[in-house]
Amino acid sequence: MEAKRVLELDGITKDYSGNVVLKDVSLSVKPGEIYALVGENGAGKSTLMNILFGMSVIRETGGFEGSVKVDGEEVHFQSPADAMAAGIGMVHQEFMLIPGFTIAENIKVGREDTLPNLASRVVGKSLETLNRGKMNADARRALDTIGMDIAEYARVAGLPVGYMQFVEIAREIDKENIKLLVFDEPTAVLTESEADQLLAVMKTIAAKGIAVIFITHRLSEVMEVADRMTVLRDGEVVTEKPIADTDVVEIAQLMVGRRIEKLVDDKEENFAPGEDAEIAVKIRDLYVNMPGETVRGVDLDIRKGEIFGIGGLAGQGKVGIPNGMMGMFPAQGEVEVFGEPLQFAKLGDALSKGVAFVSEDRRGVGLLLTDSIAHNIIFNTMTVRRQFLNAGLMNAKAVREHAAEMIQLLDIRCVGGGQRVGSLSGGNQQKVCLAAALTLKPRLLVVSEPTRGIDIGAKKLIMEYLSQLRDEEGLTIIMISSELAELRSICDRIAIVTEGQVSRILAPDAPDVEFGLAMSELGDREVS
Amino acid sequence: MRQNGIDMYRVSNFFIKNCVTVLFVILCIIALYITTFSPTFILEEIFMRMGRSTLLVLSLLIPVIAGLGLNFGIVVGAIAAQAGIFIAVFFFQYIETLFGEGRLLGFMADFAGIGFIGFLIAFAVATPLAILFGFLVGKLFNKMKGTEMIGGLVAGFFSDGLYQFFFLFVMGGLFTVDMMARLFPDAALNLILPTGVGVMVNINLQGNIAGAVDNVSMLRIVDAAFYVVSAVSAVMLIYRFVTKKALGLLKIAKVFVPVAILWGASHIFPAVEEFLLADRLRLIYAVEWTAFLVAAISLWRIIQEKALQKKEGVPLRPILYLAAAALVYGITWHPAVYTAFMHVRLPVLTFLLIIGTCFFIRWFLNTRLGQNMRTVGQDRAVATSAGINVNRVRIIAIIMSTTLACWGQLIFLQNMGTMAMYGAHPAVGLYTVAALLVGGASVQSAGIKNALLGVVLFHTLIFLAPNVGAQLMGDSQHGEFFRLFITYGVVAISLALYAWSRIKTASSAAQIGDPAPDTGGGAQES
Amino acid sequence: MERITRAAKDFGLARSIILGFFLLLLVLSGVYGMSVPRMLTDVFIRWGMHGILVLAMVPSIQSGIGPNFGVSIGIIGGLLGALISIELRAAGAFLGLGSGDREVGQAADAVATNGAAYGDYLADYYEIVGGGFFNYVGQLPGADVVVQIIVAMIIGLFFAAIFGILYGMLLNRVKGSEMMISTYVGFSVVAFFNIMWLVLPFRAGTSIWPIAGAGLRVQISLVDDFSRVFNHLWAVSIGGLIIPTGLLLVFFLFCVIIWLFMRSRSGMMMSAAGANPSFAKAAGINVNRMRILGTTISTMLGAVGIIIYAQSFGFLQMYSAPLFMGFTTVAAILIGGASINRAWIFNVLLGAFLFQGILVTGPAVANQLVPEGNLSEIARIIISNGIILYALTKAKEVAR
Repeated sequence: MEAKRVLELDGITKDYSGNVVLKDVSLSVKPGEIYALVGENGAGKSTLMNILFGMSVIRETGGFEGSVKVDGEEVHFQSPADAMAAGIGMVHQEFMLIPGFTIAENIKVGREDTLPNLASRVVGKSLETLNRGKMNADARRALDTIGMDIAEYARVAGLPVGYMQFVEIAREIDKENIKLLVFDEPTAVLTESEADQLLAVMKTIAAKGIAVIFITHRLSEVMEVADRMTVLRDGEVVTEKPIADTDVVEIAQLMVGRRIEKLVDDKEENFAPGEDAEIAVKIRDLYVNMPGETVRGVDLDIRKGEIFGIGGLAGQGKVGIPNGMMGMFPAQGEVEVFGEPLQFAKLGDALSKGVAFVSEDRRGVGLLLTDSIAHNIIFNTMTVRRQFLNAGLMNAKAVREHAAEMIQLLDIRCVGGGQRVGSLSGGNQQKVCLAAALTLKPRLLVVSEPTRGIDIGAKKLIMEYLSQLRDEEGLTIIMISSELAELRSICDRIAIVTEGQVSRILAPDAPDVEFGLAMSELGDREVS
Repeated sequence: MRQNGIDMYRVSNFFIKNCVTVLFVILCIIALYITTFSPTFILEEIFMRMGRSTLLVLSLLIPVIAGLGLNFGIVVGAIAAQAGIFIAVFFFQYIETLFGEGRLLGFMADFAGIGFIGFLIAFAVATPLAILFGFLVGKLFNKMKGTEMIGGLVAGFFSDGLYQFFFLFVMGGLFTVDMMARLFPDAALNLILPTGVGVMVNINLQGNIAGAVDNVSMLRIVDAAFYVVSAVSAVMLIYRFVTKKALGLLKIAKVFVPVAILWGASHIFPAVEEFLLADRLRLIYAVEWTAFLVAAISLWRIIQEKALQKKEGVPLRPILYLAAAALVYGITWHPAVYTAFMHVRLPVLTFLLIIGTCFFIRWFLNTRLGQNMRTVGQDRAVATSAGINVNRVRIIAIIMSTTLACWGQLIFLQNMGTMAMYGAHPAVGLYTVAALLVGGASVQSAGIKNALLGVVLFHTLIFLAPNVGAQLMGDSQHGEFFRLFITYGVVAISLALYAWSRIKTASSAAQIGDPAPDTGGGAQES
Repeated sequence: MERITRAAKDFGLARSIILGFFLLLLVLSGVYGMSVPRMLTDVFIRWGMHGILVLAMVPSIQSGIGPNFGVSIGIIGGLLGALISIELRAAGAFLGLGSGDREVGQAADAVATNGAAYGDYLADYYEIVGGGFFNYVGQLPGADVVVQIIVAMIIGLFFAAIFGILYGMLLNRVKGSEMMISTYVGFSVVAFFNIMWLVLPFRAGTSIWPIAGAGLRVQISLVDDFSRVFNHLWAVSIGGLIIPTGLLLVFFLFCVIIWLFMRSRSGMMMSAAGANPSFAKAAGINVNRMRILGTTISTMLGAVGIIIYAQSFGFLQMYSAPLFMGFTTVAAILIGGASINRAWIFNVLLGAFLFQGILVTGPAVANQLVPEGNLSEIARIIISNGIILYALTKAKEVAR
C-alpha cells in the first residue's frame, strides 16, 4: 500500500432506481500492472467502467456513491473526454475506426498534428494544415511499440478484423499522457494467434509502466497475463488476490457460486421426464449467423414435457439458437419438432408447426409498442391460425374477451386491453409477450431471457407460471437465460453454450465449479 | 481463367458504379453525332456554361464530405445572391439617381468599372445573408440527421415560398409604383411589376452587374494581384521582423518576383499591355500555355531527380506529364481544332475563380477542420468519441456550402445578364446535383474531378437536347421534356443505386463478420 | 381516460395552432364582409376533391415506406385511365346510355373553359339556389358519364396496379432512403410521361391540340365527359352552404374501404410490417411483400384520387401539373396529425379539411389586406413545405 496507485476506486455503490448493481466496490491498480476484472454478465463490470469513464448514463440515473482517484487525486469525470484527458483510455469491443482513413489518420483522429499557416494565423487554429509527416511518424512509433509491421499509410478498410484491435491499441498508446488502458473483452473476435499476440502486447504496454485493466471471461488468459484480479459477483467484490495465489478452478467457482434464489416453491412430485421420455426437439448441427451471437454447430435433444435451460455468457451464442430456429437469422442444420423438420428459410414455419417464441428483444421484436395490449396478444394467432376473424375482419368482441381473460390469468397490470403496450412496465410487457405466445396454444414454448430487466415480483410470477405449464399441461419449454440462478431454480437440465457450441449439459444441482468452467471455456477440454 | 474472371468482375463493377457517367458519355456521343450545330459553336457554348455553373457544383462538395449528402438546400444560397443583386440594382436604379449620374461612384468605377462596383454591393449584401441562411439550414439539418437530403429539398421549396412572399407582397406592399415615382422622380427603370404589387419578374442587369466578373481585364487582374501580393509580403515581413522570426525571404520572393515581373512588363512593354487589356483569353492560348507550363515543370522535375538528387530509376510521372503536354500541344496544330480553339474566348477572372476554388477546397480538406469534416462524414460516433463537436462541424460545412453557392449564383447571374427573379433559383439545387452525379459522385463521395467532369457532360447534353430532339422528332419540345426527364432520372438512378449498394454491402458485411457456418472451425481455434 | 389524453397528445400543438388559425381566418373573412357559407362550400368541395389523394398516404405510411412522395406515379395511371375513357367516349362507346340533367353545369363549364378563373365554378351551384333555407341543388348525372368515370377508374386502377408493383419492388431495394427516392422517381415518371403525352396516339378532339393534330393539351376539358359528375350529385344547400353530397359520399366510401382493409388480416399484417419489421418477421410475415402491397394500394388510390380531383376541377391537368402533388398530399396528411411513420383515416379527414380550409380562406383574407396578386399558390408552397419540414424534425424522436 506504500506503492503509487494509478487508479483507486473506493466504496463505489450504484443503484438503478433502487436496483443495486454495485455494492461498496473498491479496487486499486498500480502502474505497470495487469489487473483482471472477472465476472458473469450483470456482475457489474460494465457499470463500473461507465462510472470510471464518466458516462452520461450514470449521471442521468442519479450518480453514484464512493470516490474515484487517479494518481491519488480525486476526480469527477463528466464525460469520456475528461477521462481521456486524465490519461485513461479504452480499447473498445466494437471498433471505433474509420475504414476509409489510413491507419495513421485513425490513430490521430481528433488529435491531428498541425502546422500553422497564413490563414490559421488570421482565422484560427482550426485552419492549420495537417502535418502528415509527424502524424505518420508517430503512428509508426506506436505501431512499432506493439510490434505491428503493417504500413501506417494503409487504409483500415482492407485490414483483417484482428488487426483493427491493434490499431485501436496503437491509438491509445499514442496519447502522450496515457496511464491506464482498459481492455474490454479484447480477445472475443480474435483468432488464436492474434489473441496470443494481443496478450504479448498487453505485457509490453504494462512493461512501459502503463496500467492495464483486463476485462474477460477467458480464465486461461487471466492466468497467463494478469498480475492481480478481482472477481465481481452480483455487484460485490467476492475476492481480490494475486494470480499466483489462485487457479482456474477457484476463479470459476467464485464467479458463479451463489445462493440459489427460491423463485419457485419446491414441489413434492417431480414432473421431470426421465431419460427414456419422448424426444420433443431434436437439434443437429445447427449453425446460426446472428451478429454477436453466432451459433457454430449445436446438437441437442430436448425431452417432451421438460423445461430445458440454455445458459452461458452474453455473446457466446445461446440466444442465437432460438433465433435461428424461428428464422430470424440465417441458419443451417436440422431441427425437428415432434418429428417435423423446421424450414428456417420459410418465414413463420416454426410458428405454423406449433412453436411459440418469446423473444429476448421484447421491445424490438416481441411487441408492437404503439398497438394495444389486446392486439398484441392475438396478433400472431390471428395471422398464423386465422382466429379472431369474422368475415375476414378483426372480431373485436372475441379479441376483447380473450385479452381480458389473459390479463386476468397473468395478472397484467393495466387499465384495460385497449392500453398501449408501450406505456406498460417491462414486467407487464413481458407478460403480454407470454400471453401472446400462449394464445397460440403451442406444442413447444421457447422463451428467451424472460426475466431480463423486470422486477422481482413479475419475475417470480413468470417463473411460477412456466413451471405450472410444465406440471399441469405437460408443455415442453426451452428457456434461454443469462441468469444461471434462474435456470437452476426451474430447469430440469441446463446446457451451457460457449463460443457457439454446447460445452456441457448439466443437472441444475451440479456443483458451481462445473458451471463456472463450462462458461469460461469449452468445458470438456479445460477439465481434461 | 480465374484472372480473367476477376477482370470481368472488375470491369462490370466499374460500369455499375459509374453507370450514370457511362450512360451520359454514350448519350453525349450520340447527341454530338446527330446535332446540326458546328463544333466551334458547341465548344463555345460548353465553355460558357462551364464558366457560369462550375462554382455552384463545387459548392456541393463540402457537405458530401461532411456526411450531409447532396445539399439540395443550396437554393437558399442562390436566394441570398438574388437578394443581394436586387439590392445592388435597386441602388443603381434609385439611390444613385438622387446624387446624379456617376458622382457617387465615379472614383471607384474608373478603376474597376461600374459593373464591378454593383457586383461588390451584391456580394457585400449577399454573403452575410448566405452565412445566416446557411447557419439556419445547418441547425435544421442537425435536427433531422439521416434525412438531410429530403430536408434540404423541402427547405429549398419552403424558402422559395418565403422569398416569393417577401418580394411579391412585402416589397410590393412597401414600394408601390406611386411611392417609387414620388421618391425617385428621375429613376429610369422600374423594378416594380406594372400591376403595382411585387418586384419585376425579369430584372435586366445590363449596365450594372452583367459581366462584372467576366469582363475584368487581365491587366486589372495583374494590377490587383501585384497590389495584394505586395501588401501581404510587406505585412508578413513586418510581422516576422517584429516577432523576431526567420524572415523567409526566399519563400516570399518565390511568389512576389514573378508577379512583380508580370506587372512590370505590363507597364513597360506596350505589346504586353495591349494583350493584357483584353478580358477574354482565347482557349488556344490557355491550352498552349498550360502545355508549356506543365512541360517546363516536368522537365525541371526530371532534372531535379536525375541530375541533382541522382535518384534511381526512371521518373515515370514527369515523363508521362511531359508526353501528355506534348500531345495536347500537337493537337492544337490540327486545323479544325485550331479554328475552334481560336474561336472560344474564356472569361479570365471567372475561370481563375473556379481554379482558385478548386485549390481552396483541396487545401481546406488538408486542414484540421477539413479532416474533422471527413471524420464526421465517415462516422459520427467515432468523431464524437474523438472529442469533435459534430453538430458544429456540420453547421460550418453547410455555411461554407451555402456561401459558395451564393457566390456561384452571383457569377451565374452576372454571366446571364438578366435575372429571372422567381425562376433563377428553384432549379439550382436540381441542376447542380444532377451535374455532380453525372460526374460520378455519390451521396457519400464526391471530388473536384467529379464536379468538373459532371459539368462538361451534363451541360453538353442539356445544351444539345432541344436541337437533337428537333432533328429526331421534328419538334424541339421533345428535347425540352427529354432533358427534364434525364435530369430527374439521373438523380433518381444515382440515389437508388447508392441506397441499393449500401444495403448490399451492409448485408454482405454481416456475412463476412462471422466465420462461414460450413467450416465449423470457429470453436476449435481457441 | 388514457385514450382521451392520448388523443389530445396526438392532436398536438402544431395541429391546434393550425385549427385555431383556420377558425380565426373564418371569423376574419366574416368581418371583412365575405360570404362565409360560400367560402365553406369551397372548402367542402376541395375536401372531397383532394381527399382520396390524401387517403393514398395511409397505406404507404402504414406499410413502412413512409409518406408516398411518388404518388404522382398513381396520378399518371389515373390520367391514362381518364384519357382512354375519353377516347372511348369519342369513339361513341357510351352513346345511348342516357344522359341526365346537365344543362346548368354545362353552361357554367363552358364559361370556365373560356378562361374564367377557377373560383367561379361555384357559380353553377348558386345559379339554382332557391330562396329557402334548405334547397336541393343537385343534378342527376346521365348513365353515360357515370359509366364513363367508372371505366376511367377501372383502367386507371389497372395501370396504377402495374406501376405500383414495380415501384414497390424498387422501394424494397432502397430501404432507408424511400422518401428521397420516391420523390425523384415520381419526378422522373412525370417527366417521362411528358414525352409520352406528345407521342402516344390519342386522337379524341378534346384531348389534342387542334392545329397540330397531335400531342395532348396542357389542360383537357371534361365538359363532354365526366366533369363534376359527383359534385352535382345530390348536392343540397343549407342556408347558402352547399354540401356536395355525392362527392363526399364517394370520398367517404373510399375511406370506409381502406378502414375495412386495415382491419382485415392482410391490413393488420401490413401495419405490423410497417410499425416493426422485426416483429413482423418473427410473426412469419413477408415484410417486403407487405411493403409492395402498401405501395400498390397507395398508387391505386392515387389513380382514383386524380380522377375524382379532375371531375371536380373540370379539367385533366397534364404535363408537369402532377409534379408537386406528392408534396401537397403529404403535407395534408401531416397537418391531419400523422407522422412519417404512422397515419390513420382520421388524419386524412382532418388533414385534407384543414389544409384546404386554410388554402381557401387564407389568401382570401390576405387579399383584403394586400389588394392585388394571387397569394394562394405562395401560401400552398409555404404551408405544405413548412409542415413537411416540421414533421421531419419530429421524426427522429421515433427513431427507426
